[in-house]
Amino acid sequence: MFRYIWLVPLLPLAGAAINGILGRWFRFPEKLVAGIAVGTIALAFLISLTAVYSYGFGSEQQWPKPYVTTQAAFTWIPGGAVSQTLGYSEQGSPTASLLNIEWSYQLDPLSAVFMLIVTGVGLCIFVFATGYMHGDPGFYRFFAYMGLFMFSMLVLVMGSNFVMMFVGWEGVGLCSYLLIGYYFNKDEAANASRKAFITNRVGDFGFILAIFGIIATFGTAQYTDVISKAAGYPVEILGTWGLMSWIALGLMIGACGKSAQFPLHVWLPDAMAGPTPVSALIHAATMVTAGLYMLTRTNVIFQHSQTMMLVVALVGAFTAIFAATIGITQNDIKKVLAYSTVSQLGFMFLACGAGAFIIGIFHVMTHAFFKALMFLGAGSVIHGMHHEQDMRKMGNLRKYMPYTYWTFLAGWLAICGIIPFSGFWSKDEILWNAASTTQIPLGWLVWLVGTIAATCTAFYMTRLVAMTFWGKERFAGHEHGKKHEGHAQKKEHGTHDHHAPTPHESPKSMWVPLVVLAILATVGGFVGISTAFTGGKHVGGRMNIVNWMEPIIWNPATKSFHTSEPLSATAEVKIEATPHTSELSAETVEPESHGFNLAHSIEERLHSETATEWVFIVISLVVAGIGIGLGLLFYVKSPALADVWATRLRPLYLASYNKYWIDEFYGLTITRRTMDLARGVFTFDSEVVDGVVNGSAWTTRLMSKITGFTDKYFVDGLVNAIANFVVRLMSPIVRAAQTGFTQNYALVMVIGLLAAVAFYLIKVF
Amino acid sequence: MNHLLSLPGFLFQDSGGAASTALESIKHPDLSKFLVIGAILFIIGVAGVLTRRNIIVIFMSIELILNAANLNFIAFSRYLQDTGGANPLSGQVFTVFIIVVAAAEAAIGLGIVIALYRNRETIWVDEIDLMKW
Repeated sequence: MFRYIWLVPLLPLAGAAINGILGRWFRFPEKLVAGIAVGTIALAFLISLTAVYSYGFGSEQQWPKPYVTTQAAFTWIPGGAVSQTLGYSEQGSPTASLLNIEWSYQLDPLSAVFMLIVTGVGLCIFVFATGYMHGDPGFYRFFAYMGLFMFSMLVLVMGSNFVMMFVGWEGVGLCSYLLIGYYFNKDEAANASRKAFITNRVGDFGFILAIFGIIATFGTAQYTDVISKAAGYPVEILGTWGLMSWIALGLMIGACGKSAQFPLHVWLPDAMAGPTPVSALIHAATMVTAGLYMLTRTNVIFQHSQTMMLVVALVGAFTAIFAATIGITQNDIKKVLAYSTVSQLGFMFLACGAGAFIIGIFHVMTHAFFKALMFLGAGSVIHGMHHEQDMRKMGNLRKYMPYTYWTFLAGWLAICGIIPFSGFWSKDEILWNAASTTQIPLGWLVWLVGTIAATCTAFYMTRLVAMTFWGKERFAGHEHGKKHEGHAQKKEHGTHDHHAPTPHESPKSMWVPLVVLAILATVGGFVGISTAFTGGKHVGGRMNIVNWMEPIIWNPATKSFHTSEPLSATAEVKIEATPHTSELSAETVEPESHGFNLAHSIEERLHSETATEWVFIVISLVVAGIGIGLGLLFYVKSPALADVWATRLRPLYLASYNKYWIDEFYGLTITRRTMDLARGVFTFDSEVVDGVVNGSAWTTRLMSKITGFTDKYFVDGLVNAIANFVVRLMSPIVRAAQTGFTQNYALVMVIGLLAAVAFYLIKVF
Repeated sequence: MNHLLSLPGFLFQDSGGAASTALESIKHPDLSKFLVIGAILFIIGVAGVLTRRNIIVIFMSIELILNAANLNFIAFSRYLQDTGGANPLSGQVFTVFIIVVAAAEAAIGLGIVIALYRNRETIWVDEIDLMKW
């Protein structure tokens, strides 16, 4: 079945094409558009599920080797010979290789996880969107864009080479632009979509430079070739900077742009101007995780550069706490969730930087579940509140929207990291790996920052739940919020009195996906159950995510891809490094120590790794509890306390509320300066360049005037003067012949006659 | 007496100097002698046309020119008679034509003179210089 994975991206594309091209022309009814869209995604999900099953567990299982499709694959860019100008070779001089970029799909542990997330969570969101977007005149357009997005995302995660990843990368950026700006009549949405695209582009610049570097170094873009070649390169230890670090830097910049890490995070909160299903799908579950996918795909390259690993971890940690502190003060429900997404992405980067790539992907998975759940829940709330998004105007919605409430609670507990919800398993593993990492120094700092960010997360999520679902009702008698999310909704409610809306529960098409996601958010974490609970081993065979994904993660200690523990079901599988560097693998085997390691120091006291893990688990739960407790205190028990503290810490409050003025800073330094540059260039063009052109015309006219003057007065004057002179000279002389005296004339005639006769006579003689 | 008789012989031909030669010369004079006389008359006529002030005298000089041409024709006519050329009398015929033309021309000329006198009250040609610059 895994041979048919090429159908998986194709089905959403076909659905998008049909909806987009024919939907308007033939005026498809909403049910047809929805049927085509949801049907294609459901079919894609089914194929993905069976493909992954047959890849990993079936009779012809391919795991752990990656499977590259040969059916429906073709050579996309026959690149010809390229010279590996940057890479090493046996001869020492650059070798040439054949660069043929093909369009084929790769099914391996990493892409399998992403395929399932994208199609599975995507299916829930599509079903939700059929209910949410009901009545909107651009219904077909919405689903066409969403289908196009699914196609791009699937190409991104399923492509077999970096160029296909880039195609998908750009495609999801485009679809993000189209979908954020779905309500194109609104200034806010149009500006936000532009901002998202341009900020993404900055990241893409770094990414494409990295792709160039990869092709110049390895002579190929296929994952399998690049990864096996890269494994043989020497590791650039902390403090050194080399080829691998440059490539990793480019990749990191791309990831920062796509996954909204500081300083390229500015587009994600503004992107909330799009419809809520878009926020759920693109800005929670899928597109923003593309950076993580790329990071894990190239973990070989990153692990070869210890400096870059530290950079990734620090950027992730900083972003996590930075965004968490902003989320504390926001009043728009979607903005809180947006900053929460940025913060959680920071956690994932933190994990990858610490060397726990698998845990980063695990958190991608759990985060997709609970964040999509919460975004859809927020969408349900907004729908039920007649498009009110300000949390200050909500309250006690548990009474009116029970399904939304109970499912949202599951998401809340997951993100706060309460056992046994999914978020707990992934977040705890991240923090444990940060504290115990041996690949980067400052693991303890990263752990500390992460823990504080986790506390903030628990606090602001509790705040969100309290302001929305608990407490006193604050919406009676207030008018609509200024942010409307779909003018069609107004039409649907007809002659309602909008000034005192009673919130109502959403239709089944909207709360059923919530239930599905809530179940996943609750039990989905058990695939990554911590070893502290299972006696130090990763149980579950291939169902355990750590075992499943181990073959693609490079181990710098052993310099190969196989795990340190042999697996029971299969023989040891090794993806060999290229032969000429085998002499390097004999070097350093034990992990290097990078200064103070928090976990190790605790372990020394307790003499047991499992016990140390339990310490960290308890710390995680305690800080989550503190966060929740503070949230309950500030927003349930004594709501006035929030304003009191906001006044007391006014500078901090203002900094947080204004997003640390980053947007204003960018505007001042980059946006306005670019406009100034444009204005300067325009002035140069209109005054200097046009001035030269006009000046040459002016000069020509001047020259012609001078020439005309010269011609008229000097040349003509000379001619006239000469003529006058000649006439005056000769005239009296010639005049003299005219005597008026007939006999003179006769004399002349006689002289002439004599001359003729003389001439004749002399000639004759 | 012989000297006087042989004088025409000098004029016309210088052959032997005998009386018979002289007589011969007188009987058959040399052509060139006639042509010379005609040329002299012609020159006198041209000189008169060019130099005389009186317009009547200019007309008389014109007549003289015409008659000099007549003399030339007749001399040639006689010469051709004696030497046996073709159409020897055509010279004399032509002469008659010239006399007629001369007469007509004189008539017209005199008419011009009278018209001129009526307008200018003068017969001196050097006073008629309207075409002078």
